[in-house]
Amino acid sequence: MKMREVKFVAALALGLVGCAGGVSDDEARARAEQVFRESFTHGNRQMAARVERQDEVQALCSRYRNEPPKDVAEKIEREQAAGIRYPASGKFLGDWRQGERIAQDGYGMRFTDPDTRRPNGGGCYNCHRIAPAEISYGTIGPSLYRFGALRGAGEATQRYAYGKIYDSQAYLACSHMPRFGHNGVLTEEQIMHLVALLLDPDSPVNR
Amino acid sequence: MPFHRLPAAVLVGVLAATLPCICAAQQDTQKEIERYRQLLAEGNPADLFEARGEELWKTPRGPKKASLEQCDLGLGAGVLKGAFAQLPRYFADTDRVQDLESRLVTCRVTLQGIDPAEATRNPFSAPGRPSDMEALASFVAGQSRGMKLAAPLRHEKELEAFRVGEQLFYRRAGPHDFACVSCHGENGKRIRLQELPKLTDPHDAQKIFTTWPAYRVSQGSVRTMQHRLYDCYWQMRHPQMDYTSEASIALEVFMAKYANSGEIQAPGLKR
Amino acid sequence: MADPMRIRASMAGDKVEVRVLMSHEMETGLRKDASGALVPAHFIQNVTVTHAGKTVLSAQWGTSISKNPFMHFRFKGGKPGEKVTISWVDNKGERRSDEAVISGG
Repeated sequence: MKMREVKFVAALALGLVGCAGGVSDDEARARAEQVFRESFTHGNRQMAARVERQDEVQALCSRYRNEPPKDVAEKIEREQAAGIRYPASGKFLGDWRQGERIAQDGYGMRFTDPDTRRPNGGGCYNCHRIAPAEISYGTIGPSLYRFGALRGAGEATQRYAYGKIYDSQAYLACSHMPRFGHNGVLTEEQIMHLVALLLDPDSPVNR
Repeated sequence: MPFHRLPAAVLVGVLAATLPCICAAQQDTQKEIERYRQLLAEGNPADLFEARGEELWKTPRGPKKASLEQCDLGLGAGVLKGAFAQLPRYFADTDRVQDLESRLVTCRVTLQGIDPAEATRNPFSAPGRPSDMEALASFVAGQSRGMKLAAPLRHEKELEAFRVGEQLFYRRAGPHDFACVSCHGENGKRIRLQELPKLTDPHDAQKIFTTWPAYRVSQGSVRTMQHRLYDCYWQMRHPQMDYTSEASIALEVFMAKYANSGEIQAPGLKR
Repeated sequence: MADPMRIRASMAGDKVEVRVLMSHEMETGLRKDASGALVPAHFIQNVTVTHAGKTVLSAQWGTSISKNPFMHFRFKGGKPGEKVTISWVDNKGERRSDEAVISGG
């Protein structure tokens, strides 16, 4: 057993489960990082490298268990908002039909998804209710049914929807929602199609 | 549940992927899913795996031509009843915390002389390639059926595993920023139509953690807790987790703390 | 030969209640494997249940029956201690036959 492990275990022996007693959260985290690195050694190396390194937001949200203090939250939201890349054309609405396909599709970036030219999906129905015809929807996120009908499809709303999909944490620090644009999961064009799904008056979401 | 009234009534359990009746209202959908599950529950294909696991347990194999009947799963060599209910736990002979599958690997290596790489080569079955581990896990889990989960949290290494598991549970990473807590941190949520337990809530954990290992209809096989974690990481856009890795056992220790006192219903039946 | 069937037969009133779980891949012939090739059809085509020399159930199955089929049915005329025999034949000509003793209930 390595020296660091010995110290950790000895400190724990003094403490109780879940209690600071002997081992700080930081020490537990350091040990956990080591365990994590040693537990994904046989699989895809590129993917391992990506998950071994948490970015600043991921590290903070992990540390605060998604309930960061106010000042930390505000900093995250500010910095994520500053990082949003809006379409150069200034347009936000794509094709809602393609948006529905992207929302249905959970493909992409799993270790069984081969490196082809097939674009990633958004997997939106995993967490959201969207178009009424789809009853197989998740409830991790709020219902988006009638999203445009309720808010109108003005430019500010379009910009908000685009930004939210691009980087949800620009609006809510440590949101569960993946930062689809920031993390390179969806392209600008794909996000525009999703915005159309939500806001186009002809989209089934709003009819 | 109504049966047909013909003299030779036949009820064929169709393990189809489609639901029997898709109605608009969410309540009806939920009711139909429950009815479908009840229809399936009587003929759990996990029974087949349990039977094969018993055979594997008793059959001499490997270079040492030994059976697994002297395997110590925590309650002494060869003691099966109640052993699964007290896993994961610390083992002095290996000086580490181990879960069911990790312990089965240990016994296959030490008792039967099977090479460690060989013993972990095929943990998850594929069509035409059955896994011994799934059968063995089904058999051993079934020996604790109806008992209360009582995974110990006393030894310093068990406590360490809990703290590590806790950190891992909240660890956000990868292109989707997912952690275990992303799906398993709230009550009453579901992904698509699959309900999600809040794993830090004993009310949920006690009911759900104890249904593993289980026959998964969508997989056409019994799947174990190791596979469940491997599958979670797949969906979280992480790479393949090493079989019986320290991370997997730490997460199980973490989950078991909240699931303790739950009644073991393994092997269970799931979509 | 395929894994043995798991059969439970017991009295339910004046009828015999039988539950049988069969181990079989039940490939439809429409599924593709990882390389994109079609997995050949391999499924149970005929099931016969006999008791005291008489056929009490006969079934012709197709590809809509799922993997590891489960069947639950009742028939009249059996008594505790007597045997029920269940046999199947699949489209490749493979077969399996298992029997169970009817329990009291």
